[in-house]
Amino acid sequence: MNRTTGSRLTRVLGISALVALGLTVLFGLVLSPPERDQRDAVRLMYVHLPTIAVAYIGFAITLGASVMYLYKGTLFWDLVAGAAAEIAVLFTAFLLVTGALWGKPTWGVYWQWDPRLTSTTVMFVMYLGYLALRRLELPPEVRSRRAAILGIVSFVNVIIVHFSVQWWRSLHQGRTLGVDTKLDGLMLFSLFIGTVAFLLVGAWLLIHRFRVAWLEDQLSRLSFERALAERRGEVGAGLAGEAG
Amino acid sequence: MHWGYVIVGWGIVFAGTAAYAAAIVQRGRRLSERVPEDRRRFLD
Repeated sequence: MNRTTGSRLTRVLGISALVALGLTVLFGLVLSPPERDQRDAVRLMYVHLPTIAVAYIGFAITLGASVMYLYKGTLFWDLVAGAAAEIAVLFTAFLLVTGALWGKPTWGVYWQWDPRLTSTTVMFVMYLGYLALRRLELPPEVRSRRAAILGIVSFVNVIIVHFSVQWWRSLHQGRTLGVDTKLDGLMLFSLFIGTVAFLLVGAWLLIHRFRVAWLEDQLSRLSFERALAERRGEVGAGLAGEAG
Repeated sequence: MHWGYVIVGWGIVFAGTAAYAAAIVQRGRRLSERVPEDRRRFLD
């Protein structure tokens, strides 16, 4: 009898994520060298960049699941969209905080109204609005349809955030990784293992969050079914009384 | 140099993720007790 949201899949994912996180700590904080200009502040990149990977993928899942919800109209896609958005919003918050902490020692300020930072903040606020919409007291189908539309529209922000450093003059650096990347081997590996670790964590969180959303939905359906059965019982008893 | 920023940044990400994960697992356990077994999972 399973009284948790865990399963064999999540256990494998969870253990893999913990091992990868341990390696991230080892390589990111101990084995990788300080960078020439940023010194030890570069170590913030080993969590900063993985958080944007999780956030981007989370928002992309929300986009895909929202499209699928409008196409199929099934609860599954609605719940996937909501679960992915919540995790992506959390990791966007981590992204903003670690970015500010990196900015102070390297730029001299925690915050600048730079295109990348501003567009990321707008994206964060817009998806907070998406999560708020999902909690509105509306008929479930209406709420899910509106959330799906907002889930699709909001993805425009992700594209703006990604290309902001190319479209506008920005204090924020351009793309970190590409075919011409020149990074020390240990630094590159720390970035790689950090990204793998946080993607595994994101996948683990997504499955658990989806199952929680599923349970919440089942509970509200059960309450409705019980109330309906009680009402039918009362009506049945009333009719029997009248007939007698 | 800059270790203070590094520790705070990593601490927020790791502690925040752990707290969120623990909250989800707890919520799942609480809800599972109230939902009949045959309706607990969409997929196993």
